[in-house]
Amino acid sequence: MRLYQFGVIAGLVLLLEGLCLTGVIDKITMQPPHRILIDFFRLMTAGTLYPEIGKSLANVLLAFALAYVVGLVAGTALHGYRTLRETLDPLFATYYAIPVFAFYPLFIVIFGLGDGPQVLIGFLLGVVAVIVTTLNGLDRVPRVLRKTARIARLGPLETALKVTLPFCSPYLITAAKLALAYAFIGVIGSEFIMARSGMGYEISYAFLNFDNATMYPLILLILLLSIVLNGMLTHWEKVLLARRGLQ
Amino acid sequence: MTSAHVTLRGVTKRFPASGGGPPVHALGPVDLDIRQGEFFAIVGPSGCGKSTLLELIAGLLPATEGRIEFEGRPIGQEIPDGIGVVFQEDACFPWLTVRENVEFGLRKVALAAGERARRVNDAIAMMGLGDFARSHPAQLSGGMRQRVCIARTLVAEPRLLLLDEPFGALDQQTRLLMGDEVLRLWRQIGATVFLITHALDEAAMLADRIAVMSARPGRVIDLVETHWPRERDSRVVERADFGAVTSRLWKTLREESMKTMGRTPGAA
Repeated sequence: MRLYQFGVIAGLVLLLEGLCLTGVIDKITMQPPHRILIDFFRLMTAGTLYPEIGKSLANVLLAFALAYVVGLVAGTALHGYRTLRETLDPLFATYYAIPVFAFYPLFIVIFGLGDGPQVLIGFLLGVVAVIVTTLNGLDRVPRVLRKTARIARLGPLETALKVTLPFCSPYLITAAKLALAYAFIGVIGSEFIMARSGMGYEISYAFLNFDNATMYPLILLILLLSIVLNGMLTHWEKVLLARRGLQ
Repeated sequence: MTSAHVTLRGVTKRFPASGGGPPVHALGPVDLDIRQGEFFAIVGPSGCGKSTLLELIAGLLPATEGRIEFEGRPIGQEIPDGIGVVFQEDACFPWLTVRENVEFGLRKVALAAGERARRVNDAIAMMGLGDFARSHPAQLSGGMRQRVCIARTLVAEPRLLLLDEPFGALDQQTRLLMGDEVLRLWRQIGATVFLITHALDEAAMLADRIAVMSARPGRVIDLVETHWPRERDSRVVERADFGAVTSRLWKTLREESMKTMGRTPGAA
């Protein structure tokens, strides 16, 4: 992060601090940032919400891993089947107009009240983004690299693993970033609606009980996790692009 | 240097037309005998099927009709062992270092680790890339990247080296120097070389024999023997008879190129 970027964020936090302390934003609506930080460290050291945090993160990780692996394999397979891809293209193009959360009651009927429906929503939100991004990357593999793989007498699987997928690795990192974001949205969002545990449920419960000392630190935790994980992926993406002279 | 290393008999290629039209007759019939260890070049007007011919010999494309043999064995859809190809486009793998790119050429070659390392080191040194072995292709110039591709091809010690306009993207000075490099390598490895080029002087400078192709569908309409000594370099262009070779090539090619451009041969 550059100094000016840090300065903008620090400035916004200070502005929020000022607005909270002067009463422009009242205490019931929001705690000042310094108070959120104190509550955050209190919550983290107390450890009472660790099971909830652990459960949500495990589900996010599972939804992410499923969306990524299934999306990657499906995208790679679809790239070889033009007719099937053309058949599915309209679905991919309109997929994000479908409110997946609307199917939550149906998923509960099918999978019960456990973690299944939450993981499924996180998976469904992410998988198509991974498929589309994988296809996008594979479309950009130069024909000459495929010919080089054939001359080296590589089979289809080896060509995918050693040539085409490494070529589109920057796209695959973009796919990972999308899958991660959607996994967080899907799992935490689902916990808000009907779950009886997890970070989303705790935030929702704290909100309904005006418990800002729990709600804001949990929101901060989700923000920090998303930023750190995305930052790591972005850094990796930059390293790959730099090697190719694209940064 | 007399036995046929590659034989083409009645080789024809038609591509299916998009939109249900009649197939596009791209090439042939072509009959050729490429001798063991010779430097053979093909010139022809744009779109005459030169690259298609190379891809047919490499086994990258199936022929519609006819038969291609390499070392007496027919070439089908399988890539035959012993063939190396250098393409015009940059075919370096951008995520690999120079060394890893060169080593890629040995992926399907069973070798002991020591022999593998020796071959890779030799190929890198032969192409003058020793100081750049750990660099990525993005850090190299176009000419150096092409040398990486040549090193990757040579490391597998091909018996037939197919060059598809390998210097097409390079400036004239680098082309001449790369031509010298290729001649030196050709003598050193003893492989048969099949070069596709649109540059008449390049073909005349490098090749023992040059086939001139007609406008599409490409057929061989002239075969020119240069009679250059095997020990030669780019200074061959200074020879008095060099002009006669390029003149003959141009005379044949001019008419074909004009056909491609839709103009009447013989017109000023």
